Amino acid sequence: MVSPSSDDGFDEGADTIPTPVKIIVAGGFGVGKTTMVGSVSEIPPLTTEELLTEASDGIDDLAGVERKTTTTVALDFGRITISPKHVLYLFGTPGQDRFWFMWDELARGAIGCVVLVDTRRLDTSFAAIDFFERRKIPFIVAVNCFDDAQRYEEDEIRAALAVPSHVPIVMCDARKRDSAKLALIRLVKHAMSELPVG
Amino acid sequence: MDDGWYDEAAGPLVRPYAITAGRTSASAGANLDVATQVMTLRSAETTDGGLTPEHLQIKRLCQKPLSVAELAAHMNLPLGVIRVLCGDLIERGVVIVRSPAQRVEAPNRELLQAVLDGLSKL
Repeated sequence: MVSPSSDDGFDEGADTIPTPVKIIVAGGFGVGKTTMVGSVSEIPPLTTEELLTEASDGIDDLAGVERKTTTTVALDFGRITISPKHVLYLFGTPGQDRFWFMWDELARGAIGCVVLVDTRRLDTSFAAIDFFERRKIPFIVAVNCFDDAQRYEEDEIRAALAVPSHVPIVMCDARKRDSAKLALIRLVKHAMSELPVG
Repeated sequence: MDDGWYDEAAGPLVRPYAITAGRTSASAGANLDVATQVMTLRSAETTDGGLTPEHLQIKRLCQKPLSVAELAAHMNLPLGVIRVLCGDLIERGVVIVRSPAQRVEAPNRELLQAVLDGLSKL
């Protein structure tokens, strides 16, 4: 989408403004989302904030803080220039469950999601898997292989997470650029395989 | 009450939406995605009248295309504020924007192939 302002004769830059694409990196707190974003991003991961105002009523569990009207939700992201025409943004999801509305915005128009899991705390990634499954957004599971974590076979993890057989599961090291890159490539291939035929 | 809570960690003392004159949404900026690219038009160089310092900062930063999220991070302002400011600049013809494919319109095969090729080359 190009804004209407580009149609009024001042569009000399229109051919050089790249199309942004998004990939989401989700998973529980401390699973390595920001690490993964940072290992493949061409810029140091940036953090920005969104303010919650009225939207937080009844969602934000801050009983007794009646006068609190704003909360901030932090968002970490990185960037990869794919080509002069495309720029890829990697967004780490805010960890707290109450920020679902933010996930919806991030997911809109996204290629898909890498759900990072830590085998020591699989349950912290259930919510993310559920979110993308329900919205039919392509996702893969990337098992962040922490040094001190016991190794499991793919089918054990698949069973424990109740992930359908068409969803790829990859082992990765979020600290390593090549490993993170392979996870992203796997996701894009998976997203292509999920496209309607024709 | 006066216990010095207003340190750097407490954030800016100017309320964020003071910068937007209290506006929390803008017709042109309301739907900007976090990844939407914003770029200053060269033809906009002489149209600074009435722009705030924040508008001018966006104009400067977007000589090369930047996302809404990057603007928010670089300017240390919430995303919502950046949307309003970018909306003003769109309406004045200072910047153009390009957003990701939206909602039901998922990324197409051509786009995915371009991303795949780009990632493979990294």
